[in-house]
Amino acid sequence: MASQSMIELQGVNKWYGQFHVLRNVNLSVKRGERIVICGPSGSGKSTMIRCINRLEEHQRGQIVVDGVELTNDLKNIELIRRDVGMVFQHFNLFPHLTVLENLTLAPIWVLKKPKAEAEETAMTYLKRVRIPEQANKFPGQLSGGQQQRVAIARSLCMNPKIMLFDEPTSALDPEMVKEVLDVMVGLAEEGGMTMLCVTHEMGFAKAVAHRVIFMDRGEIVEQNTPDEFFANPQNERTRTFLGQILH
Amino acid sequence: MTNATETAVANDTMAPPENTSGITGWLKEKLFSGPLNIILTVICGLLVISILPPFIEWALIKAVWISPTADACRADRAGACWAFIAEKHRLILFGLYPYEEQWRPLLAALVNIALIVMSCMRRFWNVRLLYIWVIGLALIAWLMWGGILGLRYVENTNWGGLPLTLILATFGVGFAFPFGIVLALGRRSNMPAIKTLCIIYIELIRGVPLISLLFMSSVMLPLFFPEGFSIDKLLRAQLAIIMFAAAYIAEVIRGGLQAIPKGQYEAADALGLSYWKKMGFIILPQALKIVIPPMVSLFIAMFKDTSLVVIIGIFDLMNATKASLTDTAWKGFSVEAYIFVSIIYFVFCFSMSKYSQQLEVRLATGHKR
Repeated sequence: MASQSMIELQGVNKWYGQFHVLRNVNLSVKRGERIVICGPSGSGKSTMIRCINRLEEHQRGQIVVDGVELTNDLKNIELIRRDVGMVFQHFNLFPHLTVLENLTLAPIWVLKKPKAEAEETAMTYLKRVRIPEQANKFPGQLSGGQQQRVAIARSLCMNPKIMLFDEPTSALDPEMVKEVLDVMVGLAEEGGMTMLCVTHEMGFAKAVAHRVIFMDRGEIVEQNTPDEFFANPQNERTRTFLGQILH
Repeated sequence: MTNATETAVANDTMAPPENTSGITGWLKEKLFSGPLNIILTVICGLLVISILPPFIEWALIKAVWISPTADACRADRAGACWAFIAEKHRLILFGLYPYEEQWRPLLAALVNIALIVMSCMRRFWNVRLLYIWVIGLALIAWLMWGGILGLRYVENTNWGGLPLTLILATFGVGFAFPFGIVLALGRRSNMPAIKTLCIIYIELIRGVPLISLLFMSSVMLPLFFPEGFSIDKLLRAQLAIIMFAAAYIAEVIRGGLQAIPKGQYEAADALGLSYWKKMGFIILPQALKIVIPPMVSLFIAMFKDTSLVVIIGIFDLMNATKASLTDTAWKGFSVEAYIFVSIIYFVFCFSMSKYSQQLEVRLATGHKR
């Protein structure tokens, strides 16, 4: 049963001091499932996906990723991080390394791949995000959209089973949002990848998500297929939120 | 509409801005741009005129360059006595090292400088550099100590002058730097014991002057050793310098570590890099680049601080200079002697400073934060 699902959150709670950011979150994600998570700011959506690769620590409850439970055991954390790729709002590329070095560092030092092979893989993914010609530039020389595409490629080079996207387009200039979303849609359409994406790009949700989750005040308020979710929101808070973002 | 055409006309007839290039342009803009600026320029000009010519006259025109005894210098005190330097330069540069063997410390100093220059060049930044250093240091040790392969043994109490200063500074930086990195990482560690230990060490060392550390290492430390056991005086001074410098280096590096955004740590974590790989590949390279300017200031200060070993009777460059002044036949030329060593110190410190500026430019990757 547990092996059926890729990610399993049960009764997850987390506090920042007195502030209760995650309240009893239960979530089960199937292998290959694509989920879009939305909600007002401060609703705990980023915190939730950051708990999945232990960038944040949950205080109560259980998180199991691909059959491995997240505890304080560093071995398990390393195991899980190897399989979980993450794309950040602010890209977080390594500014002192070239694009190619950004992509090959972890495969070489974590996966112990030979350099030539790592570079070959890196070029494949750079082609896939459509910027192979930037391989030898530094991140600071690229536009925001290009940087985020490099960041996606960097995660993919680790050949992850799960991809987490933490508001990947919200730090971008408007004209660059589409190039990043196109890459993400491409990735989704290939299938097979389990994706969790925190975003307010509802077009993206409609196009690729199997399920949309709405979070508010640390709880999962509502979840449904995109069609049902947008056409027929059940909860009052969901309706208010959708009213605010879909003008 | 009318506005637009008016501006177009105005643009057509507008005169170019006043010329600020060329010598006159530069003078006008930088030296004579306003009343205050003009006054400052005049005052500075007067100062230069009143100081520079007498100095040149003293140092160059009326100076005594060559003379076997001090008499020629004493006859006319209006000029500098560079003959003193010509007479005493070997004592100043090599201290009490046996006179006929002084080619050895000279070679050792050159090897030492060559090692540092090579380490500064990017094309040597690989594993080869390590071998070069091992060979270089062995060479320096052999030249300085001797005792094997046909060289006479020279005790290190006889070492002195510039080679000694270079050795103290090189080993000081070489060991204090990695030690400082470890201390800085320790101070930011999540483990309370390690963190406390590093804080105590750094604060304790920073709270004490280097002179007292040197005194302690040379006077107090032997009291704690068991009978018959002793560490060499030079080594003790070297250890004191390393311990002292490491505390300061640690704090400079910590400043750099704090400037690295949290996102860099998170990205490295998310890729599954272990702590040491994360620090070694991602965090430290960026942090160290940020702290190049304060770090080089620290290295320069360290280089000059080695002269404090004077107080425990080690004949470094500064102390050897003082020793040269005690010769009764050549008494009274301390100004010349101190100008001479100042120039030596300046050449080394200024090179460090210039190199660091170059390094900053070379390591720039177009990412301004």
